[in-house]
Amino acid sequence: MVTQSFRKLIADDEATGAAPLLSAVGVMAQTLAQKIIARAAGRDVVRPGDVVTATVDLAMIHDSGGPRRVEPILKELGAGLFDASRVVLISDHFVPGDTDEGARILEFTRTWARQRDVTFHDGEGICHVVLPERGHLRPGMFVVGGDSHSPTGGAFGAYMFGVGATEMAGVLATGEIWLKVPGTILIEWRNRLCDGVMAKDIMLALCARLGMDGGCYQAIEYCGSAVAVLAMQERMTLTNMAAELGAQAGLIAPDEVTVAYLKKAGVEVGDWQHFSSDPGAKLLAHHVFDAATLEPQVAAPHSPANAEPVSQAPATAIDIAYIGACTGAKYQDLKYAATILRGRKPAPCVELIVAPASRHDQDRAAAEGIMQVFEDAGARILANACGICAGYGNDRLGEDVTCISSTARNFKGRMGAASSKVWLGSPLTVAASAVAGHIADPREFLAESGRAP
Amino acid sequence: MTNRIFLLGDDIDTDQLAPGHAMAGGLAALAGHCLGAVRPDFAASVKPGDVLVAGRNFGMGSSREQAAEVLKHLGVAGVVARTFAGIFYRNAINLGLPVMIAKNLDDVSDGDLAELDVVCSELHLTEKKLVVQLEPLPEYLKRLLADGGLVPQLKKRFAAERARLED
Repeated sequence: MVTQSFRKLIADDEATGAAPLLSAVGVMAQTLAQKIIARAAGRDVVRPGDVVTATVDLAMIHDSGGPRRVEPILKELGAGLFDASRVVLISDHFVPGDTDEGARILEFTRTWARQRDVTFHDGEGICHVVLPERGHLRPGMFVVGGDSHSPTGGAFGAYMFGVGATEMAGVLATGEIWLKVPGTILIEWRNRLCDGVMAKDIMLALCARLGMDGGCYQAIEYCGSAVAVLAMQERMTLTNMAAELGAQAGLIAPDEVTVAYLKKAGVEVGDWQHFSSDPGAKLLAHHVFDAATLEPQVAAPHSPANAEPVSQAPATAIDIAYIGACTGAKYQDLKYAATILRGRKPAPCVELIVAPASRHDQDRAAAEGIMQVFEDAGARILANACGICAGYGNDRLGEDVTCISSTARNFKGRMGAASSKVWLGSPLTVAASAVAGHIADPREFLAESGRAP
Repeated sequence: MTNRIFLLGDDIDTDQLAPGHAMAGGLAALAGHCLGAVRPDFAASVKPGDVLVAGRNFGMGSSREQAAEVLKHLGVAGVVARTFAGIFYRNAINLGLPVMIAKNLDDVSDGDLAELDVVCSELHLTEKKLVVQLEPLPEYLKRLLADGGLVPQLKKRFAAERARLED
């Protein structure tokens, strides 16, 4: 377990029944989540537990839960899109279309994009990475996505959550969605992460500590000095895996790092300072952890909640090391993995597979020599898509295969055969394990080569 | 009545309900794989009106609504669990599949004869002659379920809007 200071400062919102705190201007102090939802619901304030109808600023769909599922419903309703300019379609689940059915679904997706005249990113990468990369997100937006890892968008100070296809069809037809205003669980990481420890390790540790339903379908907001120094894509790993904690959304208040990323993506950021939790806003819970005491983690099959420090995990032999997914194959993830793989090769019995999360990230990694590191290591490079993580295509884990993966989920049978075993780790830990041939602590390799990422 | 309970554990995830490798095909094909990794006999032996009873966090994982749709396709009367994952819960109600929360499931065993009464928020264990109390659904969701789910409800709303415009 993580050694940490752990405090629960404020108990259950409704149970305490305390009077709402007032901010300096006399308006009820609100969390970041409340502020965004209040604006989207056309109200000055909302309280946790209120059921409100909110207008969405953007709806993101992909090829699996998107056109093939929503079009029959729209037809049945006799409805068009509420606003085609607020719909973004991204193909990622069935890319590269390596099965007959997958190829047909992709073709349907492309035709639909033309007919419905929506923005379409085809084969450019995984939706959660492409969406901000292409400048579709900015602080304060209220966004729904047709995928469970949609909380990723919260790294940019947007309230973004995942819905199923029928609910998405309703959003596409009306531009509205109901939700119960969530309470906020504030998770603060003080101090700094040590060399060899990544955002992924934070999330695996939190899964073990709080459980797969620790987020209680409420909002999680991350803060603290360890979060403030993280690059945007590392922050995205935190909000992405809010899904694994069972939260509706994961949020990080925007700061200069956010604004710099967004400006580079061509976004007119506008007023962003307003989008943070007010001092004194009521919280469901406030957890405080010491980042400096966190070790690299691995989660044993078949749950992210099985996480423990890699230093205490058995040196389990592995067959496949997988660096992929929106959680674990963004540019930052590739960069970190390459620090270990540079000049090294995977152990003879290990197959290294890399599926960069977006074409943009792969191009950037190539320009910086990172892709060359993977090629020199003999890695098999897959398409910029969900790949083995979703288990949709021909690339799947075979019977009894043991894999260490930088992805978010290791549920039984998700990435292939029910007999396959998936361990989860950071891209650094996956790279270290690939070289060692068994689950290994990345810090040993970093120390050996004298280079911290 | 011969409806039975399938008793499952905690953290039943969406990959178990609707595995990714079967997601490209239709619902009938997907149904054959439902819960295959944890309960291989389920898809072949479940009968219309049967009830799933589970522990915490039922439906965790993906937003794929086929996880709920496939249960409806197999005729499952509803799912009773200690807690549900949020997206699954919304999907189930949107598709008209009752999902009910029970604090105490101590009386329930696998294979019990049972009947789910959504209106009265009760799970009747008919053979044991016991009643498991379920948490009543919030009014908003009760209406959604009574309408048959989101699509029928939206149809009703659009029809009313069109009628108003024509008046």
